[in-house]
Amino acid sequence: MVSDKIILDHGSGGRSSQELIEKLFLPRFGNSLLNELNDSAVFELGGAKLAFTTDSFVVDPIFFPGGDIGSLAICGTVNDLSMRGARPSYLSVGFIIEEGFLIKELEQILFSMEKVAFEADIQIVTGDTKVVPKGAADKIFINTSGIGLVPANIDIAGQNARPGDAVLISGTIADHGITILSAREGLFLDSPLKSDASPLNHLVQKMLNTGSEIHVFRDPTRGGLATTLNEIAIQSQVAIDIYEEAIPINESVLAASEILGLDPLYMANEGKLIAIVPQSQAEAVLAAMRETPYGRQAALIGQVKEQNPGKVVMHTTIGGKRIIDMLTGEQLPRIC
Amino acid sequence: MKHLSEYRDKHIAKKLIDAIWDLSETPVRLMEVCGSHTVSIFRHGIRQMLPETIQLISGPGCPVCVTARAEIDRAIVLSSYPEVIITTFGDMIRVPGSLSTLQKQRAGGADVRVVYSSFDALKTACENPKKTVVFLAIGFETTAPAIAATVLEAKRIKIDNFFILSAHKLLPPALTALLNSDRLNIQGFIYPGHVTTIIGTLAYEQIAQKHGIPGVVCGFEPIDILETIFMLIRQIEQGETTVEIQYKRGATATGNLRATEVLNQVFITCDSNWRGLGLIPESGLTLRDEYRSFAAEDYFDLKVQPAKDHPDCVCGEVICGTKNPAECRFYRKVCTPQNPIGPCMVSTEGTCAAYYKYYIA
Repeated sequence: MVSDKIILDHGSGGRSSQELIEKLFLPRFGNSLLNELNDSAVFELGGAKLAFTTDSFVVDPIFFPGGDIGSLAICGTVNDLSMRGARPSYLSVGFIIEEGFLIKELEQILFSMEKVAFEADIQIVTGDTKVVPKGAADKIFINTSGIGLVPANIDIAGQNARPGDAVLISGTIADHGITILSAREGLFLDSPLKSDASPLNHLVQKMLNTGSEIHVFRDPTRGGLATTLNEIAIQSQVAIDIYEEAIPINESVLAASEILGLDPLYMANEGKLIAIVPQSQAEAVLAAMRETPYGRQAALIGQVKEQNPGKVVMHTTIGGKRIIDMLTGEQLPRIC
Repeated sequence: MKHLSEYRDKHIAKKLIDAIWDLSETPVRLMEVCGSHTVSIFRHGIRQMLPETIQLISGPGCPVCVTARAEIDRAIVLSSYPEVIITTFGDMIRVPGSLSTLQKQRAGGADVRVVYSSFDALKTACENPKKTVVFLAIGFETTAPAIAATVLEAKRIKIDNFFILSAHKLLPPALTALLNSDRLNIQGFIYPGHVTTIIGTLAYEQIAQKHGIPGVVCGFEPIDILETIFMLIRQIEQGETTVEIQYKRGATATGNLRATEVLNQVFITCDSNWRGLGLIPESGLTLRDEYRSFAAEDYFDLKVQPAKDHPDCVCGEVICGTKNPAECRFYRKVCTPQNPIGPCMVSTEGTCAAYYKYYIA
């Protein structure tokens, strides 16, 4: 390890997080399921094919335009399950709450969790609550785990991208990351910036119902579109070409990114998915996506290539080309 | 953002690129001296679209990269004092000092905070009256006026727990030092739009007259950069040596007189150490006597061991444009943005980091 202490970079979702996983976690816990490093593990248990995942939420601020730590905690786990083609069913919720936290704010968080759980059609079936002395945690942290059934014929995973496939995104990028930063710093308060936190399981079902052969689903959360595409390129040993012009982005997000000097390609999303599908089926899948509330601005943004495996290349609007690398360093800590 | 999309229009870009290809005959090396230009050139893939006759070199334009190691070491010493809160701009916390970084100090318990403006640092001081807040001030003429304004405000509100550790740099003396050292072989300067909005073009006029090198003040969008390259090539091919402004929507020949007035009210020039370039006379800024009560170096004992850069790191030559990152034996092998050996790999605006992040070999 480069550092002898944990630094914020290690939680960024980028290269340092990968290093932590590869050097500390995998050598001890490694097994065929964990080693795949997918959004959730998929395995057979008692004749059923299940997806299982877990995620912790430490976002700061806990309330932000478009959601709060509660809605994020449900969406995050629902989406991680959905990214394997699973139908999310049951979630656990664990709370770590700082002494002195307002019951009223907890109620507000629980209300939004209830609302998203209803929308996603999942149930919270087990839970835990711990309270720690003032200063031992920052307000409230939430962990959620979830399971869901994966239909027998579905095999969707980061290692399945094939040369010739099309790369789709379900909508605008960077909304969540920019919103959190702005809310934290009190910037652009009168702008239409809003987190995209949303459960994607119904969108995923719509896409699966087209009968198309979907190779990869991934939700580009921490590290953003750039990091997730790099992970897919490495997992599948393919190259990915993307077209700057085709990537949907809200004008207010673009403006805020320019002012803050942040690259939206690396900013987190909490309600978007990347789908990699055979080129011949791309239009049908896109059409299905655009019929759903969270896929209206879906777009084809690139192609999977054979040469230069592991690399992601951007064709810039003005006609140039450049490498898109993984996130290095902390672009912004505590976004989810 | 329609305004922005116009400066990224692919049809206008195509016309400019065609015009550059038509015009360019003489092999030239053009130097940009602003980190934002470096990033924009790489982000939009501009290098690969130019004819082989035009080579773009990244000069000493990244304020993080040119901050001397000793200046980081002093901030690191300060961060170890229990009553001190260090505030600075984002990239600075990752710059390697001799033994540590501010980021590592933070993981070890030091109170190091990233701020977006020097006024946020002053606010931190107001909110933490029992602590001592030190702002590690870096940057060129662009950021210095805002920091000067913060010092004026600190004096007005009579705050006594706020200090500045000034590592400010001035661009023209560095360019002059480079030109006098004969280390440079360049035929044109792409001048920084933002610095010019403050200082105007007088210093560039002197460079054009004395050293015979033309320059164009450039904006930060791809169309700005392509138009600037076109303007420079036109001058060079026609044998002209003038200073032109492409970035007319931001910069003027006179600059921002009010900003320079505030800057000069609070700061005075001093000799300054640049990473890679060494000591350059009158190339830094320090607080004037009337404002010395805000000088961290006066209040604290900040003696540090003389700092040494890694002997094989070529950042100094990269900053001067005499080597490109791929010519460094550490590049990509041991020196990465995650584990930077030299400053050009730390900042997102550093030449090595830009090569690492964007460049298709």
